[in-house]
Amino acid sequence: MPTKFSRRHLLWLTPLAVVAVAGVGLTARMMEPPPSDLDLALSKTSDHGRYIASLAPSQSPIPVGTIHTWTVNVTAPDGKPVGLLAITIDGGMPQHGHGLPTKPIVTRDLGSGTHLIEGMKFNMTGWWTLTVSIDGPQGADKATFNLVL
Amino acid sequence: MSKQRSFVVLVGLFSAAFMLGVGTNIFQPQWSDAELKRIQSLSLASLPALKSDPSNRVSDDLAAAALGKALFFETKLSANGKISCASCHIPSQQFQDGLPVSQGMGVGARRTMPIAGSAYFPFLFWDGRKDSQWSQALGPLENPLEHGADRTMVVQTVVGSYKSQYEKLFGAVPNVEGLPDHAMPGGSPELVAAWNGMAADQQKDVNLAYANIGKAIAAFERTIEPQQTRFDQYAAALAAGDQTRANTILNERERSGLKLFIGQGNCVTCHGGPLLTDNAFHNLGFPGASFATDNGRSTAVAKLQGDEFNCLGPFSDASASDCAELKFMETSGPNLIGAFRSPTLRGVAQRAPFTHAGQFSTLQAVLKHYNDAPSATLGRSELKPLGLNDQQLKDIEMFLRALDPISSAEAEAGP
Repeated sequence: MPTKFSRRHLLWLTPLAVVAVAGVGLTARMMEPPPSDLDLALSKTSDHGRYIASLAPSQSPIPVGTIHTWTVNVTAPDGKPVGLLAITIDGGMPQHGHGLPTKPIVTRDLGSGTHLIEGMKFNMTGWWTLTVSIDGPQGADKATFNLVL
Repeated sequence: MSKQRSFVVLVGLFSAAFMLGVGTNIFQPQWSDAELKRIQSLSLASLPALKSDPSNRVSDDLAAAALGKALFFETKLSANGKISCASCHIPSQQFQDGLPVSQGMGVGARRTMPIAGSAYFPFLFWDGRKDSQWSQALGPLENPLEHGADRTMVVQTVVGSYKSQYEKLFGAVPNVEGLPDHAMPGGSPELVAAWNGMAADQQKDVNLAYANIGKAIAAFERTIEPQQTRFDQYAAALAAGDQTRANTILNERERSGLKLFIGQGNCVTCHGGPLLTDNAFHNLGFPGASFATDNGRSTAVAKLQGDEFNCLGPFSDASASDCAELKFMETSGPNLIGAFRSPTLRGVAQRAPFTHAGQFSTLQAVLKHYNDAPSATLGRSELKPLGLNDQQLKDIEMFLRALDPISSAEAEAGP
């Protein structure tokens, strides 16, 4: 029995074609750039508002593939200095599901709320996050920063 | 709506979908800005100039490289007088041997690694148990399955055959009078007993000379550089904005493979940067009886920390601040179990069999493993199924072949 190309066919064929062809194309374009609305600020109030943390790389542009240092400055929300702090750094690449290739450590108090972070390394370009966890007089809190290398 | 009008609408919609989807991949612009940036980051042109190795004061000394070259090919530095570094690191084969596992005095547990570009690597060996080329070079000499030599034998051999070259670089050779013929701090009970019978000063002098021998070999190995590939030529043409010329260098299938390499294949996650390695350690669940239960990085960390020839050790020329990779390396956790260093993919297609014990004889088989992502026998594999079809896997394989070194004449002439 010969089949006719009817309007009913069109009704479901058209969206199917659009979805299928666009889908193939989009799958092949999976290397997505980082989200366009990323907050790239390197100074932030921590999640629960207990501290202001400001990160600064020692080198510009931020190197890829070599180990280097950063500093982190921590103050109270009103900008005043806070007492003794325990600071840890973690991070990774959300689009790749891996962490930092090293274990960076806050090694020194440089004064005025600024601390030296040693052992920082990014092994590829792209979107990285760095989470600064702070434990001090105001309690524990953390702030997560975005970098696009 | 008439049938003809409906047909026109259908064709219009189809074309729009095509341009939105597949079209952007085939027609201009072929690469997104992010992809272009990633491609350039993989090119040899992005490789920075090699810095001196602070732990090796003769790293850039030509006389050291000349001595190191002689030692690299020296078969007297082996138990049977037949094995040199070059026995497994064969110069005409990218300084590797094409065997699943190395074969020296005995059969090793892992595959011989290539040397080109290794001066850039913070950690050496598949498990990264060494942190410099010079320290790495000292390992196989004392390994009973490789050279099968020992510390006093190596030092006495070099003092006997290379005294003047050694002394020009490092000062007086140690006094070898009265040294046991065969002794070292690890290994068989006899060798250890002989070592323990030596005076502390003698041990120190022999260790210093042994480290210097490694430093000379490293000075030679540093001269073994990664070579230009067709991919690098392609990246250079793209950087110059010459898409037309670029497309004469890599064909459509190879370009498709490159797109998958930096995209859906997730290859760049570990094989990034101009040497196509992140220098990090990953468990990818590779198969193969005992090879699948090799602990990899997890047991290497303690060896490296306890190694007297590491960056922080007494025979290193570095200051502690030069040893950041060692000081800040990841030392524990599940990520290290069964994890191996990502090897460079430059020249990989000419280096079958693949992975840490040559478990795969073809690139096709390796890529199938990545696509299927089976569970690891030991620890947890980082792989996730890729969902690539056979053509896509073939395209990645074709791209990997574009990473073969090309001769310098070809590189200069261009495509």
